[in-house]
Amino acid sequence: MGSGPTSPIREPLVKGNKTYHQITEDLCSPTERAPSKAWTLAFIVALTALTFGVICIIITIWVGIGTWRLNRTIGWGWDITNFVWWIGIGHAGTLISAILLLFRQKWRTGVNRAAEAMTIFAVICAALFPMIHVGRIWVVFYFFPYPNTRGPLWPNFNSPLLWDLFAISTYFTVSLLFWYTGLVPDFATVRDRAKGFRKKMYTFLAFGWTGAAKHWQRHEALSLVLAGLATPLVLSVHTIVSFDFATSVIPGWHTTIFPPYFVAGAIFSGFAMVQTLMVITRKVLNLQDYITLGHIESMNKVILVTGTIVGVAYLTELFIAWYSGYIYEQFAFFNRALGPYWWSYFGMMTCNVLSPQLFWSKKIRRNVTMTFFMSIFVNIGMWFERFVIIATTLARDYLPSSWSFYVPSIVEVGIYIGTLGIFFTFYLIFVRVAPVVAIAEIKHILKSAGDQYSKPNAKTTFQQVESGSMELEVAGHDTHHDHH
Amino acid sequence: MRNSEKNIIFGLYDDEEDLKSAIRTANADHLQIMDVLTPFPVHGLDPLLGLAESRLHIGGFVYGMLGTLTAFLGMTWIFTRDWPQIYGGKPYWPILSFVPITFELTVLFASIGMVVTFYVINGQGPGIKNPVIHPSITDDKFCIAFDTDGLENTQVDKLRHFFQNTGASLVETKTI
Repeated sequence: MGSGPTSPIREPLVKGNKTYHQITEDLCSPTERAPSKAWTLAFIVALTALTFGVICIIITIWVGIGTWRLNRTIGWGWDITNFVWWIGIGHAGTLISAILLLFRQKWRTGVNRAAEAMTIFAVICAALFPMIHVGRIWVVFYFFPYPNTRGPLWPNFNSPLLWDLFAISTYFTVSLLFWYTGLVPDFATVRDRAKGFRKKMYTFLAFGWTGAAKHWQRHEALSLVLAGLATPLVLSVHTIVSFDFATSVIPGWHTTIFPPYFVAGAIFSGFAMVQTLMVITRKVLNLQDYITLGHIESMNKVILVTGTIVGVAYLTELFIAWYSGYIYEQFAFFNRALGPYWWSYFGMMTCNVLSPQLFWSKKIRRNVTMTFFMSIFVNIGMWFERFVIIATTLARDYLPSSWSFYVPSIVEVGIYIGTLGIFFTFYLIFVRVAPVVAIAEIKHILKSAGDQYSKPNAKTTFQQVESGSMELEVAGHDTHHDHH
Repeated sequence: MRNSEKNIIFGLYDDEEDLKSAIRTANADHLQIMDVLTPFPVHGLDPLLGLAESRLHIGGFVYGMLGTLTAFLGMTWIFTRDWPQIYGGKPYWPILSFVPITFELTVLFASIGMVVTFYVINGQGPGIKNPVIHPSITDDKFCIAFDTDGLENTQVDKLRHFFQNTGASLVETKTI
């Protein structure tokens, strides 16, 4: 991946004429400085939100689910909306680290570390909701099929809710392993610069990494296979989340379009969250040379594509509802757009379908401020999407006598704010402890994607040799021996 | 973590191309390289060092199959032998319903198994300390190390010359 010719029309991925040592300095220094005022302030805000959330969770567990305003027929409200929203956000990390690795997209190296961290924190937030939603969290281990003295009583393996449990636990575990394995060599870099207590801490975290050639070979083999495993895994996770709805018999839910539609939506919202974090992170930690406008533009292109897929899915749903001639399905969609929650439907349509179309313009794709606001829009829109699917649909049952309305209680809102607090607290700790950009991977692509090796001040030239194969000549180095 | 101490001589190079040409020289001179350490995976090193392809992915396949069998046979045993139940008129042995969990456990077993194997065969793990030959190796230097135990002084001098001739920026002896 690192060697081999790069087309001169490619934009450099590492700017500022970096050397290997400069990369180490730039990427390790955020973990070595005292925290800035902005970081401390953000941490206090995040921790406050987290505390509020924990209080609301304790109230929920202590008093019961009655503290929420779920009712008949709205048995799923903010809790499952938030669950699906967080799980969706997690998907971008695996897409960047696994799928883009398989596709040999080198721009992933600038953002993969932070995106994977985001995945892990988002899945933690997501997993919280099913656990407290069941009401009796102290028996939540009943979910797992293990030999027991209750009969033995086993869970129902036909149920998508159980598949979800397996999908999410697997997803969390594999993401964590993938992320940490990538971090180990970088922790070793920090370890070899650290002193005192930090030295001890990073010695523990670095697992005794030395950088031996055989270890690197195995590391690359492991990363590649884990990427190969994580790719179908990430697609399966949101597919299975969509089964929670699609296998039911609720009009508006039992549609075969749900799995691809949910996966596209997940990647869409995940990339938006990556943008939100990256735009701030690159500015605060001064990483503009590593997370370039080119990176931001690439991610905006993904947002445009997935946003458009989501838009097509919305329109397909409407078309199928009309075309099927099935009045219950038709009513479900009429109700979404013009029922009591019409505002969430229009919020969803505006934020998810219309606003990403602005990214057809290259100027807007490369505008950091616009990107930031768009990323917030998309996240709001994707939250609305889940709310529309869940609460709006449940508010109108088959019998008008059962129709109901749902407004969340302060406890439900508090838990949502709490998960935002958990997410940002973890992320803020992460940027203090670990290098936010993968050091070894940036060094690995430097010779093919650094700006002194490619456009605009390239020292590289392409030569067509007699055998017809392309050879790369780097000024001062003879690389002919590598191309056997 | 190691009981026996080892005497080594090592040289640091500033660039991976210098490192690779030095390894070629060492191979031509029949010098026995103990290890090569780099700050990032340098491609093209494996054939020079005679490293065979990693068999980790074979391990991954075996662990994955173990996961497949655990999930599929486990659910089969539970639903047909241990506690057969009828859910919504579905058959006792609903193979299609087993697909998602079987897939997830395949991935789970393969991933955990491979990662654990990776650290065990590397001699790494939480809190394990392996000797750090030079702190710059994880920064920007590329290292070749030779084992000097049992070598005579003239042979060590030959290695020193090798490093000087191939452009090493630093040559040192060390006990690790």
